[in-house]
Amino acid sequence: MSRNLIIGTALTLVFIALAAVSFIWTPADIENLDIPNKLQTPNGANLLGTDHFGRDILSMIMMGARTSIAVALVAVGIGMAIGIPLGLLAAARHGSLLDELIMRGNDLVFAFPSLVIAILITAVFGASAVNAIIAIGIFNIPVFARLTRGAALPIWERDFILAARVCGKSAARISIEHILPNITNLMIVQGTIQFSLGILAEAALSYIGLGAQPPTASWGRMLADAQTLVSIAPHTALIPGFAILLMVLGLNLMGDGLRDWLDPRIRVVRT
Amino acid sequence: MIRYVLGRLTSLIISLTIASIVIFAVIEVIPGDPAAFMLGVNARPDTIAALRAEMGLDQPLITRYLDWVTGLLRGDFGQSWTYKTPVADLISDRIWVSLPLAIYALILSTIIAFPAGIYAASRRGGAGDVTIMGATQLGVAIPNFWFAMILVLIFAINLRWFSAGGFPGWDNPFQALKSLTLPAIALALPQAAILARVMRSSLLDMLGEDFIRTARAKGLSRRQALWKHAVRNALIPVLTIIGLQFSFLLAGGIIIEQIFFLPGLGRLIFQSISARDLIVVESVVMLLVFTVIMVNFLVDLAYAAVDPRLRTKA
Amino acid sequence: MSLLAIKDLSLSIGDTQILHDIDLTMQAGEIVAITGESGSGKSMTALAIMGLLPHGSAPKGAITLDGIDILATSEPDLCKMRGNTMGMVFQEPMTALNPVQTIGDQVAETILIHEKTSKIEAHKRAAAMLERVGLKVSPTRYPHELSGGQRQRVVIAMAIALRPKLLIADEPTTALDVTTQARILDLLRDLVREFDMGLLLITHDLAVVADVADQIVVMQQGRVVETGQTHDLFANMRHPYTKALFEASSHEVQLPVRTASAQLVYAKHIVREYPMPRQTLLGPRPQFRALDDVSFHINHGERVGLVGESGCGKSTLTRAILGLEDVQGGEITLDGAPVFTGKRPNLAVRRKMQVVFQDPYSSFNPRHRVDRLITEPFHLLKTLPTGQARADAIAKALVDVGLSPADADKYIHEFSGGQRQRIAIARALIIEPELIIFDEAVSALDVSVRAQVLDLIADLCRKRPLAYLFISHDLSVVRTVTDRVLVMQAGKIVEQGETETVFTDPQHPYTQTLIAAAPKLPTLGMAV
Repeated sequence: MSRNLIIGTALTLVFIALAAVSFIWTPADIENLDIPNKLQTPNGANLLGTDHFGRDILSMIMMGARTSIAVALVAVGIGMAIGIPLGLLAAARHGSLLDELIMRGNDLVFAFPSLVIAILITAVFGASAVNAIIAIGIFNIPVFARLTRGAALPIWERDFILAARVCGKSAARISIEHILPNITNLMIVQGTIQFSLGILAEAALSYIGLGAQPPTASWGRMLADAQTLVSIAPHTALIPGFAILLMVLGLNLMGDGLRDWLDPRIRVVRT
Repeated sequence: MIRYVLGRLTSLIISLTIASIVIFAVIEVIPGDPAAFMLGVNARPDTIAALRAEMGLDQPLITRYLDWVTGLLRGDFGQSWTYKTPVADLISDRIWVSLPLAIYALILSTIIAFPAGIYAASRRGGAGDVTIMGATQLGVAIPNFWFAMILVLIFAINLRWFSAGGFPGWDNPFQALKSLTLPAIALALPQAAILARVMRSSLLDMLGEDFIRTARAKGLSRRQALWKHAVRNALIPVLTIIGLQFSFLLAGGIIIEQIFFLPGLGRLIFQSISARDLIVVESVVMLLVFTVIMVNFLVDLAYAAVDPRLRTKA
Repeated sequence: MSLLAIKDLSLSIGDTQILHDIDLTMQAGEIVAITGESGSGKSMTALAIMGLLPHGSAPKGAITLDGIDILATSEPDLCKMRGNTMGMVFQEPMTALNPVQTIGDQVAETILIHEKTSKIEAHKRAAAMLERVGLKVSPTRYPHELSGGQRQRVVIAMAIALRPKLLIADEPTTALDVTTQARILDLLRDLVREFDMGLLLITHDLAVVADVADQIVVMQQGRVVETGQTHDLFANMRHPYTKALFEASSHEVQLPVRTASAQLVYAKHIVREYPMPRQTLLGPRPQFRALDDVSFHINHGERVGLVGESGCGKSTLTRAILGLEDVQGGEITLDGAPVFTGKRPNLAVRRKMQVVFQDPYSSFNPRHRVDRLITEPFHLLKTLPTGQARADAIAKALVDVGLSPADADKYIHEFSGGQRQRIAIARALIIEPELIIFDEAVSALDVSVRAQVLDLIADLCRKRPLAYLFISHDLSVVRTVTDRVLVMQAGKIVEQGETETVFTDPQHPYTQTLIAAAPKLPTLGMAV
C-alpha cells in the first residue's frame, strides 16, 4: 500500500462520512435562515462560519457532499453500465461495421462536452440535479467504451482467446469469461478518476445554475452565492472550493495509489 | 496521404451531419411544440401562432431541418425571438471573445505543460519530477471557476494588477489580451496539469522502447535520445489529449466568462436559456460542436504530419 | 594486444547476482560466440561491454576494449565510444528503429553524432553504407515500409557506419526466417573480413554458433562453463553442461511405428483471400491470397509436419482447419464432416481437435486456476463432467504430461515456460481429441526444455494413437517428430511426402533452399 493510496482513501472516506452523517445529523438546520447572524467567520458556534443567509457553512458542506457524491457516483455508474458493454462489443466485432459505428458514435459524443449536453437538456427540460447526472453520465459513456475496447483488443490477440474459440465458446461468453476479468483493475482505477471528474463537473454545472436547484445544497451553488461576497467574506468562497479540491485530490490520489497497487502498467485517460 | 485526408474529411462531414440532427431533434422535436414552449403557459394563442409561422413550424420536420442546415451554411442562423435580431449578429460579436479565450488558454496550457512534462520525464524519480508531479496533482483537482475567483481576489481586488472583469474590445489589442489573461490562466493551469502528466507518462513509455536503446548504442546521450527520438513519438498520444482539451477549454470558457463579466457566448447562451429562446440556444450549441469537430479534424491532420505510418497506410 | 579482454567480471542488480567472474578474450577480425540458455547472462555481458547496463547495476572486474577500461570510463566518454569504437545490433528488428524517422536519417545520425561533417556528406555516406549491407531500397523510406530482414540490415548499417573495432550482435537472426538468417549471417561474416573488426555474437542457437564462430564461450547461470576454439570445443567437450546443451540441440525422439489407417482430415483445393487496401482512390480492393489451392490429408494416428517461413499461410491454414474461419474455395472435412459450420460451431467436429500454441505466456488466462484452464475444452462435451469425474480427469491430464494433480489449484504465473507448455498439452488432451495442432509449440522454449517436451509428445504417441499437425520453422525438430511433411511457400503447398524422403532428397527448389539455409550442427566428436 503506497502513501498515495492511504492519504487518498482517507480523504475520500472523510467526505463520504460527512455525507453519510448528514442523513441523521447536521450541526444546524440549513433551511433555517438566520439573517442577523450572516457572514460570520469561523467561530465556536459555527465551526466554518455562516453564509449570506446566516446558514451554517459546515452543515451546507455536509449536505453538499451528499449531492456531489450522489451525482458523480450515478454518472460513473451510467458510464460504466453502458460504456463497458459497448466497448466489449466493439472489441469482439473488431473491424466490423458495428465496431466502426460504436467508435464513430463515441467520437461524436466527445464533441459534446458535458456542459453542452447540460445546456441542451436544460433548455428543454429545465435545470435539476437529475439533468446534471444525465449530462455527466452521457459524457462518461464514450470514456469507458473507448477504454474498454482499447484494453480488450490486445487481449483478443492473445492465444488463450484462440484456445477458448477452439473450445467452441461464443464471443459473448469469451468477453465475459476472459476479457472482463482482465480489464477489471483498469476499470476500477479509471472509475475512480471519472468519479473525481464527476465531482468537478457537478460543481461547475450547479455553479452556473444548470445543476441542483435550491433548496438542495451543493458546493457549486455555494460558490455561485459567494462570488459577489468574495472581497468582504472570503471564507464563503474559500471553504466550498477547498472541499471540492480536497475531495477531488483524495479521489485522484486513491486512483493513482490503486493503480500502483493493482497493476502499475495501467494507463488511465484524463481529459 | 490524400486517402487519409479524404477519409478524415468524410468522417468530419458525417459527424457534423449527425451532430446537427441530434441538436435539431433535442431542440425542435422533443419539446413537441417549440413555439408554445418558448412562450410559456400564459401566452396568447395568436402570439403562439405568430411564432409558429415565423419558425415555419407548419412545415414537415424534414423541410424544417433542411431549411435550418442550409441557413447555417449560408451564415443565416435565424432570428432571435427575445433580441429580435439575427442570431448571426449576436454570435459574431461574441465569438471573438470566446474563441480567442479558448485559443489563448490552449497556448498557455501547452507552453506550460510541454517543458514541465519533458523535464519531469528526464528527471524521473528526482526532486524536480516529484515536485512537478505533486503540483500537477493539485492542478488536476482545482475547479477552474473557483481558481478564477481566487485569481480575481488576489490579482484584481488585492494587487490591482488586472481589472476584475469586462472586455474593452479588440480596438486595443493589448488591453483586450490583458483582460483575457486572468481568465485564460484560470482555464489553462488545470488543463496544463493534465497535459503535463500525459506528456510525462507518454515520454516514459517511449524511453522504454527498443529504438531508444538502439539510439543509445549509436552513441547518443540519454538527453539526446530523449529529444531526438522520444519526444516526437510521444507527441502522438499528446496530440489526442490536446484535441480533447480544446472542447473543454471552449466549454470551460463559457463558465469562466461569467466570473469575469466577459461578453462571450456564455452570457448569450445562459440568457437565452432563461428566456427560453431556443433558436439562439440551437445555433450556439451547433457552433460550439462545429468548432470542436473541426479542431479534432485538424488534430487528425497533425497526426499525419507527425507519424509517417499514417501517411502511407492507404 | 587483444581487442577485448574481460577479466573477473561480476555483476549484481539489487541483491541478485547476475554474472560471476566472467573471463573472455578476443582479437580483431575474430568471431566469438557467447551461447547459453535464457538466464545464462549472455545479454547482460554484452550490455556491460557497451556500458548500457540497467539502472542499479553494480559491475566489478575489468572490461578492456582497445586498451580502455569500460567500467572506469565516464558516461560522456562512453557516448563517444558507442557507435564509434563499438556498435551493437539487437534481436528485434521490428522495434529497433524509430518509426517516425527515415532509415537514411537514422544511419546518418551515427555519423553526425561523432564526426564534424555536413549533413549532406553524412547522408551520402549513410546511403553508401545502406548499399554495402545489401539494402536495395531508398534511404528516404520509413521503417514500417521494410521487412524484418531489411530492417535488420538498417540496424547493422547504423552499427557499422563508422567502422567500429567491435560489433556486438545480440541474437541478430532469432526473429528472422531461416533463409533471411543465412543471408544476414553471411553479411556479418563478410563485414568482419572487410573491416577487420571483432564480432561478438550472442545466440542461443548452437547450430548458428557452429556455422560462423571462431571461438565459443558457453555460459550457464551467469558463469562461463567452457571456452574454446570452435573446432576444438566441438571435438572435445569437457563440461557436462556443454554436452547436455549439444545433445538437447540435436535431440531426436523415437516415434512408435504407425500402422496404416483411414483418413481423418481431408482438405481439397482450399482458397482463402483477404482484402487489401485499395491501390488507387476508388479502384477495386486487391485480394491477398493467403491459401492458394491447398490440398492435403492427415490420417488417423498420423504425425504430419508443416514447414514454411513467416507469411507463408501457416496461421491461416491453422485457423481454417480449426473451423474458426471460413474459406472461399474448397472444403476441409474431419471424419467426413465439414469443420466450418457458420456461426454455430459443430461441437461434434470441434470435440475431435485441439491446439497447442507457441507462446507459453499468452496461452492462458492469468486470472484462472489450472483446473479451470485445462477443463475449458469440456465446453465441447454434451454433458460436463462434475465432482469426482472432473477431478479425476484433471488429475489424469496433469499426470499424463508429467505434472502433479496438486498443481490444479495453482495459478499459471507459478509455472515455468516448459511447465506451461505441458499444461497446454494437458488442456489439449483432456477431451481425448483425434487431432492436435502444435502451432510452433516448442519454438519459444530453451533447447533442454524443448527436448523434454518433444519426448513427452513421443511418449503420448506411444500411449494412444494420436494424430497431429506439427507446425514449425525449425526443420530439425520437424524431421524428428513427424512421419510426413508438407512444405508451404506463399500460400501453396509446394512439396509433400514422407519426412525422411523430403529431407534427404528434396524435389522442389524452395525445399532445397530451406534445407540448405538451415544451419547444421556438426556430428558429435567430428571436426567441423
